[in-house]
Amino acid sequence: MKRFLLCLIFAAAFAAGQFSTLAADTPAPTPKDPTIEQRIADLESYVNNAGRLADTPTNNVKSNISGPGPGANAWQMTSTALVLFMTLPGLFLFYGGLVRKKNVLSVAAQCFFITGMVTILWWICGYSLVFHHGNSILGNFGFAFLNGVDSNPNGDYSYWVSQNVFSMYQLMFAIITPALILGSIAERMKFSAMCIFMVLWMFVVYFPQAHMVWGIDGLMNGVWNADAKIKAIDFAGGTVVHMTSGWSALILCIILGKRVGWGKENFAPHSMVACMIGTGMLWVGWYGFNAGSAVAADVVAANAFTTTTLATAVASFVWPMAEWITKGKPSVLGFCSGAVAGLVVITPACGFVTSTGAVWIGLAAGLIPWFFCFKVKGWFGYDDALDTFGVHAVGGTLGALLTGVLARNSANANLATNLKTFVTDSCAQPLVIEQLKAIGITLVLAIVGTTVIAFIVRGLVGLRPTAEDEVTGLDVTDHGEEGYTG
Amino acid sequence: MKKIEAIIKPFKVDEVKEALREVGVEGMTVIEAKGFGRQKGHTEIYRGSEYTVDLLPKIKIEVVVPDARLDDVVAAIVKTAKTGKIGDGKVFVIPVEEVIRIRTDEKGDKAI
Repeated sequence: MKRFLLCLIFAAAFAAGQFSTLAADTPAPTPKDPTIEQRIADLESYVNNAGRLADTPTNNVKSNISGPGPGANAWQMTSTALVLFMTLPGLFLFYGGLVRKKNVLSVAAQCFFITGMVTILWWICGYSLVFHHGNSILGNFGFAFLNGVDSNPNGDYSYWVSQNVFSMYQLMFAIITPALILGSIAERMKFSAMCIFMVLWMFVVYFPQAHMVWGIDGLMNGVWNADAKIKAIDFAGGTVVHMTSGWSALILCIILGKRVGWGKENFAPHSMVACMIGTGMLWVGWYGFNAGSAVAADVVAANAFTTTTLATAVASFVWPMAEWITKGKPSVLGFCSGAVAGLVVITPACGFVTSTGAVWIGLAAGLIPWFFCFKVKGWFGYDDALDTFGVHAVGGTLGALLTGVLARNSANANLATNLKTFVTDSCAQPLVIEQLKAIGITLVLAIVGTTVIAFIVRGLVGLRPTAEDEVTGLDVTDHGEEGYTG
Repeated sequence: MKKIEAIIKPFKVDEVKEALREVGVEGMTVIEAKGFGRQKGHTEIYRGSEYTVDLLPKIKIEVVVPDARLDDVVAAIVKTAKTGKIGDGKVFVIPVEEVIRIRTDEKGDKAI
């Protein structure tokens, strides 16, 4: 919406013959104090999530509200905390409950390590590589060490949210994405190997992918980058978060090999209660993830909030019903898996589809990932311990595709800015092809990147603990602790 | 003296305990046990993975009685623990050579 309104302002300025994209090259005259009407216009812009008059340099006017908007910041800080809550402790409880008792702390340690490590990388150069201008693949080092990232908004991403808050918000995505991979390698990857793998993975896979999709000059940023070669859309991270982590998870679990005792021993979850609690936290936190991705508490966020609820609830209903029909019992893990699958599949679509589209997405999310977890995994026999591939890779890919099919102008006016010819409100609109191109690029990056990194790490420190350590459990052997004593 | 070891379904434990009290048994040991017999186990399914749980939870009650009371006590257990379905459990009767009450040094029937 904000871009749409800004474009109207630009168009008006252009018509008046005042348009200049080279404002920085020609010294601008001292801005004038705003008139009462201009001050009211700025307030209206805040309420409507549009740019101030001063955000268009050619207007040559000061703004009395040049900093962030308090409401916009309040929502974004809340969303940031919600997304952190998804990882700590949401994802830990979801995954931790599904492993055996002797490995529960290893999942906690992995989640916590990633939180700290990614934050440090983000401060050094991660944020800059993703969100600074650069080329279409990667940003440059202009924001290294968060240099210049202060409480003032960065108009590339939001007119009313402080850039430091925006940076922290995006950091939480950078944290949870590698943490999702942990599900497929649970119970059998050496902690040191996991540490090195994740550092390399951020640079090779996450930073380029996030820049290509969300960076203002990104290759696949179809909504905001008029020059994007691929006119794809991804509202909250179907490709960036779920496809990258899910496909990397599949490759890494195949390279790692199966857990000792796979197919012979009982690998049943040690606490479905913890898993259920974690699922609830993920769902709640996901409102920050999806609705927060509007980077404003505006009409787009409201739509994303609604579609997220519908798709998740429908999928959490459909998955256990499918189990009930085929296996005789609806399981709690089925309810949990359906909810997470629904959240994953709606993620790229939530800000672009209508509520009816969300219901269709929920139905697909309840059936297709379910089919992969119940059938396909058995056919191929890979040990994706906690089904990161089945839920996140399959769900993320499905979501990216369905976003192309179901994106509608009525759900998001921003689609008319740069994608007029691609979003024609039919299920066979040209956007579908663009989404397929984005899916292809994401697949290649995740699969090739992970393969190379995994073999490097294997050469450096080895990937697996000894069979004896694995049978003892990683809590004791890697961390010197036990999850449950006394 | 005889020791009776009865392995029963967990939900029957209160009923059996009450029945034993009625036939005059004054003490018993109850152990939470796991095992299997003809009932075998059950299957648990977690997403695509199926696991057979063959050790089922059971309750083992141990009672020592004078020979004269044996039949009454065994009958009480069998009657109350029975559901008629597979997995009701078993009763073992084992001879006991000696019983000693630690506090008083009493031996034999008096010590039970």
